[in-house]
Amino acid sequence: MVNIPMSAVSIGGRDLAVRRFAASDAFFRLLTRSAAYFVLTLLGGFLLTLVFGAWLALSTFGISFFTSQSWNPNPDILKFGALAPIYGTVVTSTVAMTLALPVGLGIAVFLTELCPLRLRRVIGTAIELLAGVPSIIYGMWGLFVLAPVLQNLENNYLVPAVSEIPILSTIFAGPSYGQGILTAGIILAIMVLPFIAAVSRDVFQTVPPVLKEAAFGLGATTREVVTRVVLPYSRVGVIGGAMLALGRALGETMAVTFVIGNDPKVRASLLAPGTTISSSIANEFAEAKEAMHSSALVALGLILFVITLIVLAAARLLLLRMNKQAGA
Amino acid sequence: MFKHAARSVRAAAIVTTLGSMPSLAQAADITGAGATFPFPIYAKWAEAYKAQTGIGLNYQSIGSGGGIKQITARTVAFGASDVPLTAKELADGGNLTQWPMVMGGIVPVVNLEGIKPNELTLDADTLAKIFLGEVKTWDAPELKKLNPDAKLPSAPILVVHRADGSGTTFNFTNYLSKVSADWKSKVGSSTSVEWPTGIGAKGNEGVANNVAQTKGAIGYVETAYAKQNKLTTTKMINKDGKPVEANAQSVQAAAANADWAKADNFYLIITDQPGAAAWPISASTFILMPKEVKDATAAGEALKFFAWAYKNGDKAADELDYVPMPANVKELVAKSWAEIKGPDGKPLAGM
Repeated sequence: MVNIPMSAVSIGGRDLAVRRFAASDAFFRLLTRSAAYFVLTLLGGFLLTLVFGAWLALSTFGISFFTSQSWNPNPDILKFGALAPIYGTVVTSTVAMTLALPVGLGIAVFLTELCPLRLRRVIGTAIELLAGVPSIIYGMWGLFVLAPVLQNLENNYLVPAVSEIPILSTIFAGPSYGQGILTAGIILAIMVLPFIAAVSRDVFQTVPPVLKEAAFGLGATTREVVTRVVLPYSRVGVIGGAMLALGRALGETMAVTFVIGNDPKVRASLLAPGTTISSSIANEFAEAKEAMHSSALVALGLILFVITLIVLAAARLLLLRMNKQAGA
Repeated sequence: MFKHAARSVRAAAIVTTLGSMPSLAQAADITGAGATFPFPIYAKWAEAYKAQTGIGLNYQSIGSGGGIKQITARTVAFGASDVPLTAKELADGGNLTQWPMVMGGIVPVVNLEGIKPNELTLDADTLAKIFLGEVKTWDAPELKKLNPDAKLPSAPILVVHRADGSGTTFNFTNYLSKVSADWKSKVGSSTSVEWPTGIGAKGNEGVANNVAQTKGAIGYVETAYAKQNKLTTTKMINKDGKPVEANAQSVQAAAANADWAKADNFYLIITDQPGAAAWPISASTFILMPKEVKDATAAGEALKFFAWAYKNGDKAADELDYVPMPANVKELVAKSWAEIKGPDGKPLAGM
């Protein structure tokens, strides 16, 4: 047997252990870092692929790709302009947010401030279920149930009612197909409503009770508590939820394709058929056999990507400015 | 947990076997993709063929454009298109061959309360004007003149067209271009055009559904879809100035003058044909296959199916208002199959 001093063994052991820990730490760091970088690579890759694929269309049509609404995949003509899909995407999302935001916030306020405890659980679950309904179901419901009802209401009541009013008669000019920009906006509103409601409810719950109680103690009404205490305290979360919803509305494909009428034209009337970026791609990609047609569709994808980035950036900026104001 | 997983796997397996489109499980299935126009008859043939031979057909009715794309990429054994390809297009697709499989009619369908099928009559000019957005209401003078006895509402005409690339659209716009100079200069003829008005729907199914859903709508579908969805079809005034209904006889009458023997690569469009009984918007639907086949077994099975359909499929075609190809055309086509060769350079037909 070789005689090794006890202390040497233990020092060597600790050394080894420390080194092993360091190695495992370094490995762990590498692992998480590569995971993080992977996202960056992925994003860059997406962007590159899109730009590469879109290049043919963008270089051929130049700026007119963004200003023209002529979308003609006829192999003898092949002229593409993205104005109509861009317009449709922006307008349907705007309609959706205009309808969904007040209702969603209303639901959240009711659930956190006014609702009896037992009902709260029921409504909360219903909202979560609504969020889980696949978009194709909304699309089918929109086409088979909502569209005929809307067609009847719009043609028989809305259009005649506003026909004499200057601006409204243009925005709500008939005839209505039951399908169109407005119908798509309504379907999108229903689809994003649970997101807004659920996120707002969660952030409203983070408002410290002591703040609300203090406000009530000063004689504030429920409305005042909500608008002066709850909303200012939780605005970051609410805006986050709204942006999440807007992101879904901008990119939603299937449900919109069912009810928007799929007609690449810019029309002033909300009742007129239109198209969105994602529904154009869904409708046409499988059979775009001309290289220019495929490229134009990829360019549409690129534009949607950029729009989404702008929305996210705008949300960040907005939050930053609000935080600064709150801090000052 | 395990049990649960096993159960869902089993459930999935059952769903797969029950599904009308057999997938992965049967590797021997014939694969095809393309036109929605002939899908009802291909599905019916496939059902009978499967009962006899045990070999199924996995046909994706994704539109003619998609069919051409898929056969060019060779992801299926055959492509189907309602648009015949020119010699150049056949070469561009990697040396393809084509032949007509069956003929049918494209019929305007409307959704108007109180109007029965074939009660309404349209002529070429009015049809073009409706789809140009120039005739806007159902009680327009053009329509009243054609239908003095029909109770036409003063409702707006809502146009439904295809949103995807489609052979049905190709034949429909080909007809409108032949009969209306306005249409030819403003819109033209193609698998997808820039529509002046209306909403777009995907596939013959989509147009049928949307017309059924929308009061005051007019669309165009293959006759089998009109029949299956119980849509209100219209009569058309044909080239000879006679009103006709869309059915097997009137399509047959339109095909009577077609001279397939003289058509290069069977390139022939049969819209706006002369004849007192001829349906003006008749169309043939085509099969596309590569001349040099990589997977000889799959292509051989596909050819066997087509030979079987030519031989045994006429009755089924009739029932769905499709028109079988005449016997002499079938012979010509069968001869043309000698061009389809396997990797060893031997013809696959009659294997």
